[in-house]
Amino acid sequence: MAHDSGTRTLISHAQLRRGRGKVVYWTLLTVVVVVFTLVFLGPLYWMVTGALKSGQEIAQTPPSLFPRDPQPQNYVDAWNNLDLAKLLFNTFYYAAGALFFQLVLDTAAAYSLSKLRPVFGNAILGLMLATLMIPAMVLIVPQYVTVIDLPILHLNLLDSPFAIWLPLVANAFNIFLLKRFFDSIPEDLMAAAVVDGATPLRTLWSIILPMSRPILGVVSIFAVTAVWKDFLWPKLVMPSPETRTVSVGIYAFSGGTPMNVVVAASVIAAIPTVVIFLLFQRNIMSGLTTGSLKG
Amino acid sequence: MAITTVPGTTRPGRSATPYAAGPRRTSLGRKVRDNLTGHAFLIGAVLCFAVFSWYPMIRGVVMSFQRTRRGETTWVGWDNYARILDDPSFWTAWKNTLYFTALALVLGYAVPFFVAILLNEFRHAKGYLRILVYLPVMLPPASALFLFKYYAYDPSEAGLFNAVLAALHLPTSEWMQSPGMTMPAMVLASTWMNMGSAVLIYLAALQNIPGELYEAAELDGAGIWRRIVNVTIPQTRLILLLLAMLQIVATMQLFIEPLILANGAGAEDSATSVAYLIYQHGFFQNDLNGAAALGVIMLVVLAGFSAVYARLTSKQD
Repeated sequence: MAHDSGTRTLISHAQLRRGRGKVVYWTLLTVVVVVFTLVFLGPLYWMVTGALKSGQEIAQTPPSLFPRDPQPQNYVDAWNNLDLAKLLFNTFYYAAGALFFQLVLDTAAAYSLSKLRPVFGNAILGLMLATLMIPAMVLIVPQYVTVIDLPILHLNLLDSPFAIWLPLVANAFNIFLLKRFFDSIPEDLMAAAVVDGATPLRTLWSIILPMSRPILGVVSIFAVTAVWKDFLWPKLVMPSPETRTVSVGIYAFSGGTPMNVVVAASVIAAIPTVVIFLLFQRNIMSGLTTGSLKG
Repeated sequence: MAITTVPGTTRPGRSATPYAAGPRRTSLGRKVRDNLTGHAFLIGAVLCFAVFSWYPMIRGVVMSFQRTRRGETTWVGWDNYARILDDPSFWTAWKNTLYFTALALVLGYAVPFFVAILLNEFRHAKGYLRILVYLPVMLPPASALFLFKYYAYDPSEAGLFNAVLAALHLPTSEWMQSPGMTMPAMVLASTWMNMGSAVLIYLAALQNIPGELYEAAELDGAGIWRRIVNVTIPQTRLILLLLAMLQIVATMQLFIEPLILANGAGAEDSATSVAYLIYQHGFFQNDLNGAAALGVIMLVVLAGFSAVYARLTSKQD
């Protein structure tokens, strides 16, 4: 990381490089690195190694820092007894479908609102953005009632993946992010294609989408992690043991399972999102800041 | 700077887009067709919003004035509200929820801001610290909460927190089994899980503060604290207010923490939240109408907060 470049912050660079400032800076930096590692990585270490301890060892006082007699069996039990393969597959399936529907439908809608601008477009956008004001818990009951008996069609979506996929398409934040990005793509770029007789779909596919990879990446990552982290909605609409998500499955089993096995299962359930984070942390950080700042 | 415009940096132009059904000299048929194309692209998302967002909103209000028994729905006026307000757990739940919201504001709101200020001063290990702070946000909440429930908040000295406290010769706590500690323990877990996003958003805001402001303040002899109060806070005021609002809305919906950490109600009902009450009424007491009424009450309270927020933010501009 460059030492001297970048803008000036609260404390000037010069002050941090002179005698006392330098000492304070390095002391503080060391303290913060150590404390943050303990606070944010420590519990994760405790989780992974705790699940390796025997039931006896986890109950001993004071607790041991390293598992004395590691029991990988806890992880094996978690995998087998909770049928984690099935739970993880379900969650992955819901996440993939949610990603697909959000990318296709929200991108199409944002493109229309940004570039095609049909009549009532702004009114529709306003109604969409208004849903950002309504907390999820307020809607949970009427949404559930809607899903078990869809208006007009009278379908029951319980235990159907569509009960997870379709409500997630109604994500005003996605529409807002995508539309703002599309707004910033210059019209001249499209004009040439239109003169050549390209249809709106062709323009979207060949001009807009290739330019929008960063924002599509951000929307994708949030779509996948949202499904992975969600709890109450999948718990309500996926009640059968065969259709549960991994978080709900672990919760359902937590009552009658030894606690080390529950934590081992929790560790396994957390691996996919942690891997996604480490792979895509740059996109996630930029998405967080672009999404929230200028709006 | 490159000559071409980078996507994401410009504002939309005033001119109509090549496809827009705007004021162009075209035939009526062409206009109708353009509009139909536009709506064809919109229809999927609009249907999802209509069925899963707009309609449930109205349905929730309607349901709160109805009562469904054995498949028969009748209008009952304010009966559901009266029943909900009569229930003593309604008041306990609100008291708990507001206490959680307030504690989370004290603990969970100021901490990320000062963490961001601190991180912004470092010239080294920035990426590492940022990843650390955000890592818990990526864990599924259920996973993180089982960690807290079983390993951190164990009431004996075998638990992580009590072991640390005992090692420091501080009094240990019963955590979730002591009614007084339930809320602080839930706020601690919740802050650990969620503060990462706030820190990153503040960091981005801090980077937008012009360095000259700090320079000028320093020339005027302002110390570090004065510079924070007179430059940093006013410069990030909008983000600070926005995140305060978002945090209030999020913490008022407190649900999974009591469900997992406190098995729902907690010791002496110290953990029952309004959202948990909605869940109880709707899905265990076969009272979806009462749950809908609770949802409407929650919406009204949050709308009240938003109104106060709008007042506060517009007054000073």
